Amino acid sequence: MILKALFAATATGALLLALPASAAQLTIGFSQIGSESGWRAAETSVSKQEAAKRQVNLKIADAQQKQENQIKAIRSFIAQNVDAIFLAPVVSTGWDAVLKEAKEAKIPVVLLDRDIDPSGKELYLTAVTSDSVHEGEVAGDWLAKTVGDKACNIVELQGTVGASVATNRKKGFDTAIAKHPNLKMVRSQTGDFTRAKGKEVMESFIKAEGGGKSICAVYAHNDDMMVGAIQAMKEAGLKPGKDILTVSIDAVPDIFKAMVAGEANATVELTPNMAGPALDAVAAFKGKGAVPPKWIQTDSKLYTAADDPQKIYDSKKGLGY
Amino acid sequence: MTALLPRRGLAQILALIVILAVDRVVSPQFFDLRLQDGRLFGSLIDVLNRGTPVALLSLGMVLVIATRGIDLSVGAVMAISGAIAASLADSHGLAVVLAAALGAGLLCGLWNGFLVSVLGMQPIVATLILMVAGRGIAQLITEGRIVTFTSPDLVWLGNGAVLGLPVPVAIALGMLILTGAVVRGSALGLLIEATGGNARASELAGVGTRAMILAVYVWCGVCAALAGVIAAADIMGADANNAGLWLELDAILAVVIGGTSLFGGRFSLILAVLGALIIQTMNTGILLSGYPPEFNLLVKAVVVLAVLLLQSPKLPGLAGIAARLRRAKA
Repeated sequence: MILKALFAATATGALLLALPASAAQLTIGFSQIGSESGWRAAETSVSKQEAAKRQVNLKIADAQQKQENQIKAIRSFIAQNVDAIFLAPVVSTGWDAVLKEAKEAKIPVVLLDRDIDPSGKELYLTAVTSDSVHEGEVAGDWLAKTVGDKACNIVELQGTVGASVATNRKKGFDTAIAKHPNLKMVRSQTGDFTRAKGKEVMESFIKAEGGGKSICAVYAHNDDMMVGAIQAMKEAGLKPGKDILTVSIDAVPDIFKAMVAGEANATVELTPNMAGPALDAVAAFKGKGAVPPKWIQTDSKLYTAADDPQKIYDSKKGLGY
Repeated sequence: MTALLPRRGLAQILALIVILAVDRVVSPQFFDLRLQDGRLFGSLIDVLNRGTPVALLSLGMVLVIATRGIDLSVGAVMAISGAIAASLADSHGLAVVLAAALGAGLLCGLWNGFLVSVLGMQPIVATLILMVAGRGIAQLITEGRIVTFTSPDLVWLGNGAVLGLPVPVAIALGMLILTGAVVRGSALGLLIEATGGNARASELAGVGTRAMILAVYVWCGVCAALAGVIAAADIMGADANNAGLWLELDAILAVVIGGTSLFGGRFSLILAVLGALIIQTMNTGILLSGYPPEFNLLVKAVVVLAVLLLQSPKLPGLAGIAARLRRAKA
C-alpha cells in the first residue's frame, strides 16, 4: 500500500504538471488523508467515480496521515490554480494559514468527512459530513420499531473510549431508545472498533447475561465489531439475527454477507460518497454563484435484509473496503 | 518440574487466586462450565482462550528478556503472519499456510537477531524498526482491508476443540511443553541465563552468546507468528491495522509479572505464561463486571501495580520500617 501510495503521489504530481485546466471542465484538487481504513479507501474510489460521472478532473493527493503533506498538497493545488479544493482534514486544527492562502487565491475549499476547528468557519465554502449522533438515532429508531412493545434488553459494543464518533453514536442511540421504556440498555463495553475485541466483549456479555438468553438485541458502533459479535453468538449456540437482533453502523460489505446468511438484521450507512454532494455544491457555486449552507449533512441510510443485501454486497466489495 | 516452577512462583499464584476470587464476586457464574458443540464453554475457558496470544508471545519474550534483550516487534509480526495466513488460506492447504506464516515469523526473528547479535544494535532500537515497518508490511499484504477466509482447516485452528479444550489453548500448552523441554531439558536455558547475566564473562567462558541471542529472537518470532495465525483464525480474517496492536506491551508485562527481570538472567517460562493468564483473568473480569469502559485501564493499572508490589523484595523491608516508626512513636 505504501508503494501504491507513493506511486499515486508521483503520478498525481506528474498529472499536475502535464494537464492544463481547460475552461469547460472543472478541475478539483482533493487532499485525501490516506488509506488508514477500508472506508477511506472506498471514499477515494467513490470520489473518482463521482468525478468521472460529472466529467470533473479530480486530482487526488494522498497525504499518508500527515498534515504537512496535506498543506503541501493544498499549496500545490493553489499554484495550479484549480477551480476548487476538497480537503479531508487529518486533524481539526492548524489549517488557518493555508486556507487563508486559498481564500486569497479565490479558490473555494470544501471539507469532506471531517470538520475543522470553528475558528476557521469563514475560510471554507462548506463541509460535507455525516452526523454521527443521527446515525445512532437511526439505529435506535429501527430497533424500537422492530421490537414494538416487547421488553428488550440491549447490549452495546462501543467504539474506542474517547473517540468522538463513539461518543456521538452512543448519544444518538440513547436518545432514540429513551423514548421507549420497554428498551433497556443492560450492558455497554468498548470493543475498540475491531472484530477481535467485538468478539471477546460479546463472549463476556453472553456469559454475564445467563448464556445470552436474556439479551434481545446487540447494538455495535461499527460493523466490524458486529461481525466479531456474530461469531461469538454462533459459538455460544445462539442464532444471531433470530434469537438476538443486531443493528450496527457503517454498512461495510461484510455485514451484508452476514445479512444474506440471515445473521445480521440492520446497518446504518456511513456513506463513502462525500464527494458527490461536494461536487454538486461546487458546480452550483461556480455556475450560478449559489452559496451552499455551511454544513451539508450526508444521508444516514438504513439497510435491512429486505434491501437485497447480496446486490449491495456485490456493488460494495470492489470499492476497497 | 522443580526447574519449571521455582519457589518464587508463590506471589504469582497468590495473585491469580485473588483475581479469580474477585472475578467470582463480580460475576457469580464465573466458574460455570458446560459443553457447547463439543467444546467447553464458560468464562474460565474464555480466560484461557483469550489469553493464548499473549501467552504465546510471552514464551518467546521471556527468553529474549532473559538475554537482557527486548522484542517490541512481536505485535507487528503477528499482523504479518496473520495477513499471510489469511491471504493463502483459501487457495492452499493448512501445511503450506502454516509453513508460510511461521516462516515469515522466523525471518522476522532472524532479522531482529541479526541486528542485535551481529550488528550489536540495542535491542529496543533494533526491534523498534520492525515494530513500525512490520505493520506496514502487513498492510501491504492485505492492501489495507480485512482479508477474510472460509478455509475450514484454518478456522478450526481458531475455533475448534481438542478434548473439549479450544485448539488455541491446546497449542499454547504444547508450545509451553516444547519450549520447556528444549531450554530446561538441556543446558540451553542455563546458557541463555548466563548470556543475560553477563554476556562478556559468558563469552570468555566459552558460551556462544551470539548464537544464543540469535536463537532467542528467532524463537520469539516463531511464537509471535503462531499467535498471529491463531488471532486471524479466531476472527476468520486478518486485520492488519489492529491484529496484535500493543500486545508487545502485554507480553513484556506478562514476563515481568512472571518475575523475570528486564536486566536479564534467571527466567521462568511457566511463570511468564502465568503472568499472561493473570492479565487475561483481570481483563475478562473487567468485561464481566459491567463497569463503564472508562474504568478499564484504571482498574488494570491498579491491579498490575498491586501484583508487582506483591513481588517487590523491598516490600517486607518497608513494612518493617513502618512498624519501627510506629513503635518509636509509641
